[in-house]
Amino acid sequence: MSAVIGQPTATVRIPVAQSPRRIAVQRFCRRPAAIIGMFVVAVFIITALLAPWIAPYDPIKTSWTMIRKAPSWANWMGTDENGRDVLSRVIWGARASMMAGLVSVAIAASIGVPAGLAAGFIGGRTDMVLSRVVDTMLAVPNLILAIALAAFLGPSLQNAMIAIGITAAPIFMRVARGATMDAATNDYVEAARALGNPAWRVAVRHVLPNIVPPILVQATLAIAGAIIAEAALSFLGLGQQPPAPSWGSMLNSAQRFLSQAPWLAIFPGAAIFLCVMSFNLVGDGLRDALDPRGK
Amino acid sequence: MRRSQLARACLVTASLVGLGSHATRAQEAPTQTLRVALAEDADVLDPSVARTFVGRIVFAGMCDKLFDINDKLEIVPQLATGYEWTDPKTLVINLRPGVKFHDGTEMDAAAVKYSLERHLTFPGSSRKAELSATEKVEVVDPLTVKITLKSPSAPFVAQLTDRAGMIVSPKAAEAAGKDFGLHPVCAGPFKFTERVAQDHITLDRFPDYWDAANVHFARVIYRIIVDNSVKLANLQAGAVDIAERVAPTDVADAKKDPKLAVNIIPSLGFESININVGNGPKSKSPLGSSALVRKAFELSIDRNAIMQVVYNGLFLATAQAIPPSSPYYNPAVKVPERDIAKAKALIAQAGFKAPVVINLNVSTSPVQKQVGEVIQSMAAEAGFDVRVQATEFASMLASEGSGDFEATAIGWSGRVDPDGNLYSFMYTGAPLNDWHYSNKDVDIWLDQARATTDIDARRALYGKIVAQLAEDLPVLYLDNNAWVTVANKKLTGFRPIADGMIRVQGMQLAK
Amino acid sequence: MKGHLGQRILQVLPTLLLVSILVFCLQQLMPGDPALVLAGEERDPQVLAQIRAELWLDRSLPIQYLHWIGGVLQGDLGFSWRIRQPVLQLVATKLPVTLQLGVMAFIIAVGIGVPMGILSAVKRNTKWDYIANGIGLAGLSTPNFWLGIMLILLVSVKLGWLPPSGYVSLAEDWRQSLATTIMPAFVLGNAIAAVLMRHTRSAMLTAMDQDYVRTARAKGLPERVVILRHALRNALVPVVTLGALELGTLLSGAVLTEQVFSIPGFGKLIVDAVFNRDYPVVQGVVLVTATVYVMLNLLADVLYVVINPRMRGA
Repeated sequence: MSAVIGQPTATVRIPVAQSPRRIAVQRFCRRPAAIIGMFVVAVFIITALLAPWIAPYDPIKTSWTMIRKAPSWANWMGTDENGRDVLSRVIWGARASMMAGLVSVAIAASIGVPAGLAAGFIGGRTDMVLSRVVDTMLAVPNLILAIALAAFLGPSLQNAMIAIGITAAPIFMRVARGATMDAATNDYVEAARALGNPAWRVAVRHVLPNIVPPILVQATLAIAGAIIAEAALSFLGLGQQPPAPSWGSMLNSAQRFLSQAPWLAIFPGAAIFLCVMSFNLVGDGLRDALDPRGK
Repeated sequence: MRRSQLARACLVTASLVGLGSHATRAQEAPTQTLRVALAEDADVLDPSVARTFVGRIVFAGMCDKLFDINDKLEIVPQLATGYEWTDPKTLVINLRPGVKFHDGTEMDAAAVKYSLERHLTFPGSSRKAELSATEKVEVVDPLTVKITLKSPSAPFVAQLTDRAGMIVSPKAAEAAGKDFGLHPVCAGPFKFTERVAQDHITLDRFPDYWDAANVHFARVIYRIIVDNSVKLANLQAGAVDIAERVAPTDVADAKKDPKLAVNIIPSLGFESININVGNGPKSKSPLGSSALVRKAFELSIDRNAIMQVVYNGLFLATAQAIPPSSPYYNPAVKVPERDIAKAKALIAQAGFKAPVVINLNVSTSPVQKQVGEVIQSMAAEAGFDVRVQATEFASMLASEGSGDFEATAIGWSGRVDPDGNLYSFMYTGAPLNDWHYSNKDVDIWLDQARATTDIDARRALYGKIVAQLAEDLPVLYLDNNAWVTVANKKLTGFRPIADGMIRVQGMQLAK
Repeated sequence: MKGHLGQRILQVLPTLLLVSILVFCLQQLMPGDPALVLAGEERDPQVLAQIRAELWLDRSLPIQYLHWIGGVLQGDLGFSWRIRQPVLQLVATKLPVTLQLGVMAFIIAVGIGVPMGILSAVKRNTKWDYIANGIGLAGLSTPNFWLGIMLILLVSVKLGWLPPSGYVSLAEDWRQSLATTIMPAFVLGNAIAAVLMRHTRSAMLTAMDQDYVRTARAKGLPERVVILRHALRNALVPVVTLGALELGTLLSGAVLTEQVFSIPGFGKLIVDAVFNRDYPVVQGVVLVTATVYVMLNLLADVLYVVINPRMRGA
C-alpha cells in the first residue's frame, strides 16, 4: 500500500485467458459509450488531418471589417478580435490539441515505462532511487512543474508538449512499475530467468508485452489529461504561438471579451470538452475490456 | 542668476494653497472611505526602492514629493515652496514650513538631505540613476536645501516630481532599515495602515497633514483587481469608487452606465517596437541592418487602424517619443500614411526580396499578442514575413538586455521631462539603449538639451532629435497610450494628469 | 505494517529535500534575470548591480541554496523580493483563502459525488447508472478554467446573481465571502466529485457482493437499510481515504481556478511569483505545498491501516 491509490492509475491485471486480444476487442465492442467515444476521437483526428480542406476559411486571415461578429450563416461560430473565422480556427486548433495529446503522452511513456520497468524488475536500490524521484515530482503541483518547464524551454507548442510529457512521466513510471512487479512473479518469467537469460532480455521479451494493457489504458486517459494541460498552458500564454490557433490560446484571448463576445470562449472550450470526454470514454472502455474481472 | 518663471509661479500657487487651507481648517474630520481599484499589485512601498507604475499610485496617497506636476505638465510646489538655479550647477530649494511626517517628526532641510542621500546610497535603491547628477546636498537653514550638481542638468527638478523627490522620516527610516517598505513613514495625506499582498493596501488619514483641509476621506483602500471584466463589474456594482487602467475594450460598456464617468488621459509614455540595430549578431537582420527596410516596415503598417482594432481608437497613433501634451512635442514629425507600393519599392531599393523575415517579440499578454498579429497581417501585404514570438515578460526583458532579439514590442510609462523619454534609450551606451543605437549628432543634442534650462533652446534641440530618430528608426513608435480611469459619478475632484496618478487631495464623494 | 509505516515516514524527509533541490534548480534554469524583472523601468546597470548584491544573486548557486535551506531549517522562508514581505507571512495570509476554497470544494464534491456513486451502484446497468456515469465523466473532462469562464458568463454576466470574481474573507463578511467563493469552489469540487463518484461506485459494488450484505438481505431487511447501514458504511472506508488524497490534487487545481476568479490564494501567489521570478516565494510555496501533499499521502496510508481491519494483520 503506498500513495499509488490516489493517482488515476490503471489497475489492470494481465488477462490469462486464451487469445486475450480477441476477448478484449469483443468486450470493448459491447460498450456503446466506448464505441461512441472511439467514433468522436476518430472524427477529431480526421478533422485535424484534413483541416486545410475542411476549414471554410483561412484560420489566420484577418479582416478589419469583421471584428467580433456574432455567429451567422457565413461564420457559424462567429469571428474573433482580428476578424478571423472561429470555426476555421477551432478546426485547425484540433491539430495543435491532437499533437499535444499524442506527442506529450509518447514522451511521458518513453520516459516513464523504461523507468518503471527497471524499478519493478531490478528492484532494490534502483527502485528506491527512482521511486523517490517520482515521489518528488508528484509532490510538486504538476501544473506548476509544467509552467516552470514551459517557461524554461520558452513558449511554443513543441515546448509545451515536452513540458507536459515530462510532468506526466511519473504516473507512467508508477503504472509500469506496478504491472512489472505483478508480471515478474509469473512462472514463465521466473523460468526464463532460471534458464540464464540476461535480465534486460527477460524484461523486454517477457515482461514488457505483459504490461502493455495497463500502459495502453493509462496512455488513453493521459491523452485526455494532456489535451487539457496544453490548453491550460496556452491559456497562460505558454503554448501555441500567434497567429496559429490552439483551443487554449483561443480561450486566452477570449477572456478579454467575455461580455461582448461570449462565442469566442464557448466554442473552443466545447471542443476541448468533447475531445477530452471521448478519450476518457475510450480509456474507460479499454480498462473494462482489458480487466479480467470485468463482466 | 534670475529666478526662473516657473519657480515664481510655484510661489504664487503655494501661497494660494496656503490661504485656502486656513479658511477651511475648522471643518470636522471626514468619515468616508475611498476605494480605488489597482490593475496589479504594487512592489516594495519604499520610495528609494520602488520600481512599478502602480506603486506610484499608492505613493500619491502616502508620500508627498518636493514638487508635483499639474495638468499642463508644469512643475508646481508640494513639500517645497519654490526653487532657484543660483548657477547651472547649483539648485536651491525652499521648503514649506510646519510640515510633519506621519510619526510626528518635522519635515525640514535635514530630512530632505537625509532622504536624497538615502535615495543615492540605500542598498537596492532604484533612484541612483535619476539623481546621478548630484554632487552633494547641503542644509543651508532648516527650510533651505542646496543641491550641487556634477554637471548642469535641466531635467533634475523634474526628477523631484516623482519618487526621487519623496521625503521620508529619517527617524523611521533609520529605525526600520531595510524593512522600511513594510511600514513606510512619509509626509503625505494618508499614512500606511495595512497591506495584504495581491489583495489590498489600506491607508488612514493623517490629521496633521499640511494640506489636511483638502483631504476628504478618513481612509483609502487600494484593492488589487487584475481582471478587466471584474474591475468593470465592481465599478458598476459600486464596490469601488475609481479604477485605473480600465481596458479600452471595456470603455463602451462603462460609458453606457449612467453611474460611471470615463476619463481618458493621454499619458507621458508610448508603446513602440524596438529594433536591434547594433547589439550583437541579431542586429544583422534585414530590419536591423537597413534603415530603408525599417522605413518600409513603418509604411507597411497603419498605426491608426491598429489603434482602432486593438484599443477601440482610444490611444493616439504617434511617431515620436515625446507626447503631444508636452511643450517639446515636434508637430512636424507626423504619423506617415500607409503606403504599400512605396514600402515594396524601399525593400527593393535596399536590395532585399520579399518575403523579408522579421522576428518580433511580444509579451504573452493577450493585448500584446493581438498587436503582434495585427502588425503581422498588415506588413504581410508589403512582403514582410513577421514571425510573432510571444515570450513571457521576464524572458523578454532578458533577451532584450542581452541583444538576443530582432524587434520587441514594449511600452514606457513616460516621464515629464522629454529627457526621461529619450536619453537613456538613445544616447550611445545608455542603460536602456538595448538595441545599441548610436548617432553622434543625437548624442550631442541630447547632452546640449540637458545642459540648458532655456525652454526654446531645448524645444529646438528635441525637435531635431525626434526628426533624426524618425529617419534612423531604431525605435518604431506606435502610440501615445492613454490612462483610462473610470470613476463613480459621485466622486468629484479627480484631476486627470498625464502621469496617470490618482491624487486624493480635493477628491470628494457625494453622499 | 507498523514497519511499513515507519518506513513511509522516513521517506518523507528525503522527498522534501529533493523537492527543494528540484525547485531550486528548475528556477535557475528559467530564462530571465530576476534582477531585470525587479528593476522594471529602472534598468540601470547601477540599479541592477545593487539588486544582485542585495539578493545574493551574485553568489554561486550552491551558496545561494545553502543560504536558503539554512534559513528554512530555522523556520525562515526568506522574504519576497518583489514586496519584501516575509514568505511565511504571505503563506499565512494566503493559505486560509485556498483552504476555505478547498473545504468548500470538498463539501461540494462529497455532496455530489457520493450520492451519485451510490445511485449508480445500486441501479447498476440501468439508465440511472449511465446518466450518473456520464455526468461524472463530463466533470472529469471539463477543463477547470473553461468551466470557470462559462460560470462567470452565465451566473454573473448574464444572470447577475453572483459577483464575477474577487474575494472577501470570512471574517470581513461571511455572506459576501460565500458569494465570492461558491463558484470557484464548485469548479474545483466538480472534478473531485467525479473521482469520488467512481470510487464510491466501485466500493459499493464490492461491498454489496460481501457476505454480510447478502446476509442482511437474506434476513429480509429493507433494501434501503441494507444499502445505507451495511454496504455504504463499509464502502465509505476507501472513499474517505481516497478523498483525503484528493485534497492534494485540489491545491494543483486551485492554480488556474484562482487565476480565472482573481482569488488571492495560494495558486495565484505562486503563478505570479513564477512570472515575476520572485524565487523565495516560489520556493517557499512549493515547499509548503509539497509538505502538505506528502503529509496527506502519509495520512491516507495511516487511515487505511487504521480503518481497514484487514490491513492490520498484513
